[in-house]
Amino acid sequence: MADITLRQNEEAILEGLKDRLPDLAYTLERSCDQLALLVDKKDIVNVCATLKDLPAAKFDYLADLCGVDYLGKGETRYQVVYNLYSIPLNHRLRVKTNVGEDDCTVDSVSEIWKTANWHERELYDMFGINVVGHPDLRRILMPENWEGHPLRKDYPLKGKGQREDFSFVPENERQPTRKPEIESEDW
Amino acid sequence: MKPASEPVIQSDEEVSVETREMKINMGPQHPSTHGVLRLVLDVDGEKVMKAESRVGYLHRGIEKLAEHGTYQQAITHIDRLDYISAITNEFAYCRTVEKLLGITVPERAEYIRTIVAEMQRISSHLLWLATHALDIGAMTVFLYTFRERETIMDLFEELTGARLNNNYMRIGGVSKDLSPFFIETLYKFCEEFPPHIEEYDTLIRENRIWYGRTKGVAVISAEEAVNWGLSGPTLRGSGVNWDVRKAEPYGVYDKVDWMVPLGEKGDVYDRYWIRVEELHQSNRIIQQCLDQLPDGPILVDHPKVVAPPKEKMNTEIESLIHQFKLVSEGIQVPQGEVYCATEVPKGELGFYAISDGRGRPYRLKIRAPSFVHLGAFNRLARDAYVADIIAIIGTIDIVLGESDR
Amino acid sequence: MGLIEQRFEDNFVTTTVDSLINWARKSSIWPVTFGLACCAIEMMTTGSAHYDLDRMGVIFRASPRQSDLLIVAGTLTWKMASVLRRVYDQMPEPKYVISMGSCASCGGIFDTYSVVQGVDQVVPVDVYIPGCPPRPEALMYGIVKLQEKIAKQKYIRK
Repeated sequence: MADITLRQNEEAILEGLKDRLPDLAYTLERSCDQLALLVDKKDIVNVCATLKDLPAAKFDYLADLCGVDYLGKGETRYQVVYNLYSIPLNHRLRVKTNVGEDDCTVDSVSEIWKTANWHERELYDMFGINVVGHPDLRRILMPENWEGHPLRKDYPLKGKGQREDFSFVPENERQPTRKPEIESEDW
Repeated sequence: MKPASEPVIQSDEEVSVETREMKINMGPQHPSTHGVLRLVLDVDGEKVMKAESRVGYLHRGIEKLAEHGTYQQAITHIDRLDYISAITNEFAYCRTVEKLLGITVPERAEYIRTIVAEMQRISSHLLWLATHALDIGAMTVFLYTFRERETIMDLFEELTGARLNNNYMRIGGVSKDLSPFFIETLYKFCEEFPPHIEEYDTLIRENRIWYGRTKGVAVISAEEAVNWGLSGPTLRGSGVNWDVRKAEPYGVYDKVDWMVPLGEKGDVYDRYWIRVEELHQSNRIIQQCLDQLPDGPILVDHPKVVAPPKEKMNTEIESLIHQFKLVSEGIQVPQGEVYCATEVPKGELGFYAISDGRGRPYRLKIRAPSFVHLGAFNRLARDAYVADIIAIIGTIDIVLGESDR
Repeated sequence: MGLIEQRFEDNFVTTTVDSLINWARKSSIWPVTFGLACCAIEMMTTGSAHYDLDRMGVIFRASPRQSDLLIVAGTLTWKMASVLRRVYDQMPEPKYVISMGSCASCGGIFDTYSVVQGVDQVVPVDVYIPGCPPRPEALMYGIVKLQEKIAKQKYIRK
């Protein structure tokens, strides 16, 4: 099982991290037998690069990257979570970092794992967290002109009124036959 | 079609030839984009310079919906993620919640789950083979594979009452037991199925057109494939020996004998070959599971997770209270977070669930293989021709419902 | 009857223009493939050998310009809505719309910020088929219902 393997490598990974990044401050969390490493936002790129490179870690596969909104739960509002996996060593590790509401940015890891590109775009789309250094930061799931970021906890399930406003026809031109002109070329 | 903003002018002393890149829009309504995928291609003649995939045309807000319902209610939405293989989605989700709860499922339920998951894999791969071949130009395969797929659909209907979105698994087991008729029919299907696979092979495997359209198209090296986060048959086509069923065994995959087919070159043909081989392997797994199928309960005996049987509810006040609490408040999951990966027909389907100790998930992130594969589309389409784009869409085996969530 | 007796060659059938046109139209409904989500899979299944839509004269076309039926199969999102309208506008008259499945008919279980609660907000719908997803038989029944509707249309005298 993956988690057991990590137990064996855990000390080696942490020592290696300390070796390469002596000033690194981190907190260890354990949940359901899975290990999570909470690091500071400024260290995230260094930590990820080291974890990919370290012989005892070899996290060559970014399984998932996502945001979490802890509105009213913690000191900082958002958390960005990186789920790493190592195909050669078969173990998993979670790296987390806190992102505050006032400085809503996080550094991009798309240089390390190419797959992070789309995950980070989704992070921006769904949570409005700006990813610094991302090659192509645009909305991905929602239309370009959408307002708001749907997965934030203060965003209602049924929309902020966009649904009602959305129409192909200006209100005064609406006819019963419904033959509207499409306004937006950019669908 | 619109010309790109900057025309490239090749200057020559005597004749000046002007070449110009063009933008071609493909989709979202296009018969071979397997749903509502939109591609914006920059083409130079027949050659694709850049292929930008745009998704989100089927974004239904399943992650947000999951936060607003109980853990059991989310299964309905999870079904509709990858609607071609609904049961494997449920499997992945139920495993995640069970990990959070720290419960283990009865053995018979594990066997049944593995059987239906592999049946679903067969049906998903059959549909993939049908559409992939149809896109490339072999129509007949579609008619043949749907014949076997219908048999599986009928079996699912017998077992779950639905054809596509089954809602069959429960947190802590499965909802219905296999009937003798089901087992008998499935045995028969497993015996008849390998010759059918040979039949599909005779249609395309050695066809010259099929060779020409698939060999050497969309080649990706093992290292790059891992870096782009590819998974499942798409990754194994490049020769990376990684299957979640082997690496982190769940269900009863460690109790049956099967192998992981691996490709060499990492092109469309290798990935095609792998999926066809997986049909054989899934068939083997089902047969062994049916042979070994133990007796016993199909739901875990845990009144805080699974509602007690009807007879008990009618006679015991305690059971009635449990049932009432389960329905009105949902399963109370202890605080914690877990990432759980499952091998679905498309690749690694991961659920990252955070519980704050209440009856509904605080956050449920779905790591969808289709989404990640589409992210790598531009890389796969490098040096491809316009006609290859269709083959590449088929080879990464995408479902937009899962990609857009 | 005396009027037309003995006035034509053998093998002549007399009918009305309406029923002739309607017969032709209802017997060759060509739908455009507009698969959006789960229902699209059942739509494909309906077209496959097991259910065989071809025998009803229904042949799927890839281009809206060659079709006269739009089967909206699946969840319609706001991002996709203008595309649906454009495809509908590209179809030549006479055109019909079948809304297949709960999502297309009323939003279904996806009552969220991004989903259109019923495609009739975007295009006029002739037949609604309930189900999540509807079985192939249900789709065929819906098409038969549409044929019945076409058969009742009048052209010469409205």
